[in-house]
Amino acid sequence: MSTTVQYSLTELMTVAAAREIKDGEVVFAGTGLPMLGVMLAQQTHAPNCVIIFEAGAIASRMAHLPMSVGDPRTVRGAAMAAGLSEVFTYCLQAGRVDVGFISGAQIDRYGNINSTSIGDYHNPKVRFPGSGGSCDIACLAKRTVIIAAHEKRRLPEKIDYITSPGWLEGGDSRHKAGLVRGGPAVVVTTKGVMRFHDTSHEMYLASYHPGLSAKAVADDTGFVLPTEHATETAIPTAEELRILRDVVDPERVFLK
Amino acid sequence: MTSKLISLKEAAALIPNGASISFGGFTSQRHPMALIYALIRLRRRDLYLFGHSPGGDWDILIGAGCVKRVELAYEADEAFGTIGPRWRLAIQRGAVEWEDYSNFAMVTRFQAGAMGVPFLPMRSLFGSDVLAREALSDEQRAADPRTASKKLHVMESPFDPAEKVVLLPAIHTEFCVLHVQKAAENGLVRIEGQSFADVQQALCADTVIITAEEIVSEEELRQDPERNLLPFFAVSHVAHVPFGAHPYAVYNYYDYDPRQLKIYHEGAEDDAQFEQYLAQFVYGVNDQAEYLAAVGGAARLDGLKADPNFGYSPNLKRRRLD
Repeated sequence: MSTTVQYSLTELMTVAAAREIKDGEVVFAGTGLPMLGVMLAQQTHAPNCVIIFEAGAIASRMAHLPMSVGDPRTVRGAAMAAGLSEVFTYCLQAGRVDVGFISGAQIDRYGNINSTSIGDYHNPKVRFPGSGGSCDIACLAKRTVIIAAHEKRRLPEKIDYITSPGWLEGGDSRHKAGLVRGGPAVVVTTKGVMRFHDTSHEMYLASYHPGLSAKAVADDTGFVLPTEHATETAIPTAEELRILRDVVDPERVFLK
Repeated sequence: MTSKLISLKEAAALIPNGASISFGGFTSQRHPMALIYALIRLRRRDLYLFGHSPGGDWDILIGAGCVKRVELAYEADEAFGTIGPRWRLAIQRGAVEWEDYSNFAMVTRFQAGAMGVPFLPMRSLFGSDVLAREALSDEQRAADPRTASKKLHVMESPFDPAEKVVLLPAIHTEFCVLHVQKAAENGLVRIEGQSFADVQQALCADTVIITAEEIVSEEELRQDPERNLLPFFAVSHVAHVPFGAHPYAVYNYYDYDPRQLKIYHEGAEDDAQFEQYLAQFVYGVNDQAEYLAAVGGAARLDGLKADPNFGYSPNLKRRRLD
């Protein structure tokens, strides 16, 4: 007898993003949804992933979901409690981080992220927190996994400020700008999973979430999103959902 | 041994209008909040702040009109408040001068200052607008000698022109204030948990003020010298301030206070409600003891105390508070 697994789009997004992390990888997690995704990955298929937070926790094994990358919850059971300098210089800049896991207010078709402001930079209409470590993670991790709620205004034709560089203008523009490695591998949202063309580095729809169509996802995106390779996103397992709801975020800090 | 112990009031009074300062901590942990409230009570103006990821420490100072210029990477309480509300309003209203960096860039700048070199190279920022754009104008930079003459500088490696680096200017501040777990009267400092960039920030300041949860003997700290992060000769003053980071956490001592953070964030977007918050929790109390009573006293604070097995309060509710 089969039973229907019920889940929200936030839960599906979190599971799909967590699956991007492979067991044993070194993951540098940013604030917000990445904290949820990385904890789920460690509690499910990637128990040996090494979780690093910019405030200084190295190889965290969290018993409770942190509210902040500087949360005491990232420290208990960690291999090391260091500081920003150790993490950014020796781990990230030196090339020891496999995956940067970040979010952001706006994302364009090349995976460039804006978390600084909307409107004129000097007189912004809306001001956001700023880069934090996001720019550095996007510059220096070997690849980047981006997670964000899917809304048309959050995926615009053009972003007003590149806080965290993705593939810049596509092609080899990232390398030409002086970045020595990395680039976005995937954008996981509440509507689908987007990846990047191998050489043009333009974003395309790899999968749309069950209940939606490829066209519906493209219609909710501010730039032209190619959909010809899109399939349906694999649904979460009952075990992934149980761990996400009961172990990772029982308080519903991020889950909806 | 000369004692460097002073009171919190004496410590705050050392910092004049217009001072350049960095505060220790990181978004939700170990900000010297008690000293910051004391600066607001003293109606300090035109402060010049340097930081990487401040949170409510800067937000309330900015909202109270104490700040003229900031250089930073991030301003928010993360999941408690995803954009610093008074920071956001101040920028949108043109009330504060600012320059954007990344966390790695800011810690590199503090590191350069701490090392006594004028700049350090890094390989981040390329392709970003953090690199391409400056918020401060040349005139604003020239008007204050404490501001670097330019935001950053890109150069080819002199050893291999194919390699490019970004040079970041050193930071030098007049004051650094850290809130730590333990300090001795002579200024020896013990930080537990993450050290953030506290050490670098302290070592690039003229005057270092420590507020500490506990004052312990120098001999006790000398039992485990490998755990002490800051030499006593770099510290000018030490003040004993229990719960000195409230409503933010101090690893091994107490957790953040979700109720107080909720009260702050629910009203801080509104000018009148923010003034009400200041009236109730800052101007309306005379000192740290009165502040702790105003936020709920022992009944509230006991529930925040860290479980020694975790370093925080494992059953603390962060959402859906009654």
